[in-house]
Amino acid sequence: MANTRDVLSKGQLIGLAVLLAAACVLPFVVSNYRVFQLTLALVYAIALLGLNMLTGYNGQISLGHGAFYAIGAYVAAILMDKFGVPYWLTIPAAGAVCLAAGFLFGLPALRLEGLYLALATFALGVAMPQILKYKGFEHWTGGVMGIVIVKPEPPEWSGLTQDRWLYFVVLVCLVALFVVAWNLLRGRIGRAMVAIRDQPIAAQAMGVNTAMVKSLTFGVSAMYTGIAGALGAIVIQFVAPDSFTVFLSISLIVGVVVGGLASIPGAVYGALFIQFIPNVADQISKAAPWAIYGVFLLLFMYVMPTGVAGFVRIAGGRLRQRRMR
Amino acid sequence: MKFSPNRRHSLIAAAAAAALGLVGTHAAAQKKYGPGASDTEIKLGQTMPYSGPASAYGTIGKLHSAYFKMLNDSGGINGRKINLISLDDGYSPPKTVEQVRKLVEQDEVLALFQTLGTPSNSAIHKYVNAKKVPHLLLATGATKWADPKNYPWTLGFNLNYQAEGQIYAKYLLKNKPNAKVAILYQNDDYGKDVLKGVKDGLGAAAAKMIVAEASYEVSDPTVDSQIVSLQGSKADTFINITTPKFGAQAIRKAYDSGWKPLHILNNVSASVGSVLTPAGLDKSVGLLTLQYYKDPNDPQWKDDPAMLEWRAFMGRYYREGDPKDQANLYAYLTAQTMVQILKQAGNDLTRENVMKQAANIKNLKLPLLLPGMALNTTPTDFSLVKQGQLAKFTGSQWELFGEVLSTSD
Repeated sequence: MANTRDVLSKGQLIGLAVLLAAACVLPFVVSNYRVFQLTLALVYAIALLGLNMLTGYNGQISLGHGAFYAIGAYVAAILMDKFGVPYWLTIPAAGAVCLAAGFLFGLPALRLEGLYLALATFALGVAMPQILKYKGFEHWTGGVMGIVIVKPEPPEWSGLTQDRWLYFVVLVCLVALFVVAWNLLRGRIGRAMVAIRDQPIAAQAMGVNTAMVKSLTFGVSAMYTGIAGALGAIVIQFVAPDSFTVFLSISLIVGVVVGGLASIPGAVYGALFIQFIPNVADQISKAAPWAIYGVFLLLFMYVMPTGVAGFVRIAGGRLRQRRMR
Repeated sequence: MKFSPNRRHSLIAAAAAAALGLVGTHAAAQKKYGPGASDTEIKLGQTMPYSGPASAYGTIGKLHSAYFKMLNDSGGINGRKINLISLDDGYSPPKTVEQVRKLVEQDEVLALFQTLGTPSNSAIHKYVNAKKVPHLLLATGATKWADPKNYPWTLGFNLNYQAEGQIYAKYLLKNKPNAKVAILYQNDDYGKDVLKGVKDGLGAAAAKMIVAEASYEVSDPTVDSQIVSLQGSKADTFINITTPKFGAQAIRKAYDSGWKPLHILNNVSASVGSVLTPAGLDKSVGLLTLQYYKDPNDPQWKDDPAMLEWRAFMGRYYREGDPKDQANLYAYLTAQTMVQILKQAGNDLTRENVMKQAANIKNLKLPLLLPGMALNTTPTDFSLVKQGQLAKFTGSQWELFGEVLSTSD
């Protein structure tokens, strides 16, 4: 049983290769503006994968992941703006800072379960924009004015536009992080995470160090989201406290649930939802875009109660069954 | 063989153009179009906070759409209809970047008009200048929007905050040189901009005259403790640099605590309807402020022709808008200014020429501005509103006094 789950089937591998090839061709057939939007969607996918580890696999609800996204973004912006660090070096730096921040926040948060943890993280998300405006940090953060970053130039050999270059930078990060996550989640640690979610007492009885796994999950989850934040800042070229309101945190949790809990591809589906559905809603109605957004959300939840990923899985299963007959 | 009428016309036109060319004025007759402009249409773009924390300002964008509908109903500008594409950014800078890129790269608008908010405009400042898209009449008063040397494609609308602070300082230096000044300001770019203007205006006297400063955060519930500590400084002059909610609190608290300074209230909070009425009209008597356009709640403009025209417009084209909301009057003014720029551009509707015209507004006296005021820009000076007039609150209305003041002298 374990063996069949561990390796991808031939068909799945081919599917992935086709998908990756499509992702590489896509930026050349659409305009720079669309490339920019797709890049943002990829950035959200990384953040969602991080949150999904925590919420989907480990069962801890966070309503404040926007805060880690903000920390990652600010780490990248401050390093680039104040210290002249090249942009690609800021990405691991942002990840490291957020790993530490997430781990430290995870330690006390361990005492909180379910909805109480959700509220504690919510507090973090709500507080973050104001912390960023705090006078003491203003020298670094630029206060309300934020920091404008210079958009990285693509290297000469690539011959790409800035937007396409950044798309590929983000795509490479995304693939690397997805592979790491996939390895992590299907192994011993992944099973421990799921066990803690489903049967915490049984997991403890089996010798799982619940506290450690939970804090580490929080840390890794924050690291993913922080890396996404850094990439987002580089793509947008600007950070300001108003970019990271609590609504960002809520959007992330919406993306995780819509995409599919405890599913790696779900992160991509969820990212496409939070990136594009608000625009679609705005096009349908100027007067009440968020009402339309709400309708979309309800539709998704009714039609696909296990998220898009669950829907795809079920649909794929039915297809295969039919073929067997 | 017959000449088709069209052919004959074009021949005549060509001959006429050639003749005009000889006398050297052919440029005026030629039509030139940049992105977003054609014989029938001029496309403008904007981002507005229709949702999110600043959604109260969304009414500005709605009024613009209504205004251009009125204009199009009566034939547009030189036969061209204005098509304003107004998108929601929720007051979130990343969303602004995305929407502005859509406007510029996909919808290909001729110019951006009244994009709202300091953080949102900061996020697109470099981008629009790199793309050379006119970024016009920004709905924010930060001083950095008038920097033609470094950002030749960005030109703001509002009386800039530093200029306002300087005018207060000059008034004090002239009329109350021994004043002991206490200042309350909002701790963000806006508050600090006004504060800097005051200090620059006072110059060397600042150190001696300013006896106390206090700041508050937008998230604070009240400013009561700040007022108490400012009062404790024994200042006889109070410069109140606050947004409406805090403005009302400060006026009330200063009055109730028996402090009777010369109270200067900044323009942002000078609305009779939304600040002075909740603070208490009796408690607001004697306040000083700087104004540059007419206040719809001020009874002295009740029968003013410009105000009547505006009210008629509100009744016909923008019923759902609140005629007490000063933002609706402001939006009307900015739309008129945009129309003036486009009219000036004539048939040369390229981005370069639109920007050139925006930088050459000469003595534009819009009727909703205060009497005697005009809008002016030059290629080296992008601050559109440079004048204002001081006004004193009588208990029912702002009474203008003194002459129109400007920052340049």
